[in-house]
Amino acid sequence: MTDVKKPEGCVAAAAGPVSPKPAAASSTSIDPAREETHMHVTVGKPAPDFEAAAFYQGGFKNIRLSDYLGKWVFLCFYPGDFTFV
Amino acid sequence: MSAVAGKAEEFKKLDVQVLSCSTDSRFVHKIWQEQELSKMVDGGVPFPMLSDAGGKIGTVYGVYDEAGGVNVRGRFIIDPDGIIQAIEILTPPVGRKVAESIRQLQAFQHVRATKGAEVCPAGWEPGKPTLKVHPDLAGRVWEIWKPDE
Repeated sequence: MTDVKKPEGCVAAAAGPVSPKPAAASSTSIDPAREETHMHVTVGKPAPDFEAAAFYQGGFKNIRLSDYLGKWVFLCFYPGDFTFV
Repeated sequence: MSAVAGKAEEFKKLDVQVLSCSTDSRFVHKIWQEQELSKMVDGGVPFPMLSDAGGKIGTVYGVYDEAGGVNVRGRFIIDPDGIIQAIEILTPPVGRKVAESIRQLQAFQHVRATKGAEVCPAGWEPGKPTLKVHPDLAGRVWEIWKPDE
């Protein structure tokens, strides 16, 4: 094994929203993926964890929200790069 | 986002990790940084720019607009325990006021530093009086704090 970095592909697989628990083998019929998209965010409740591909310090890396536990986080969504506002 | 980047030093002073997130790919983030942001803000955006392709993360956070296929302006203040302390969501045509976010961060940090013993009244800014939570305070807030001060 060498330390040669893998070349960047066109697509970076990132987990996206991450369930707090791995899909537990339970008797419920609720599809965990479906349940996830219906998760609600509320003040006073845990921020749903996720993993996303990111551009940072000139390079690409995947970032997880839970990497920053122990720090205050300011998470900012916006409609798109190169937009006017 | 450039407005947030412009206040990067203030976020850093407060030891706050900024994460920006849109449905653009990381490649678009790179070119935006190089072509535009670095010209608006010295050194460009210093924090990770996340790609939420397909809006899956935005959906969970309640900010994904399916019709437009983009995330609207949603801002979440998350404390060191991973708990959401504040949410602000705007439709796309109006931008945020970053100074207000910083004020809220300072207030939440103050409350946390006092383990909740002090709370911050409306319009509180660092240096202004806080309220000490105590049953005796009931009915006497007016003695300490007035609106528009």
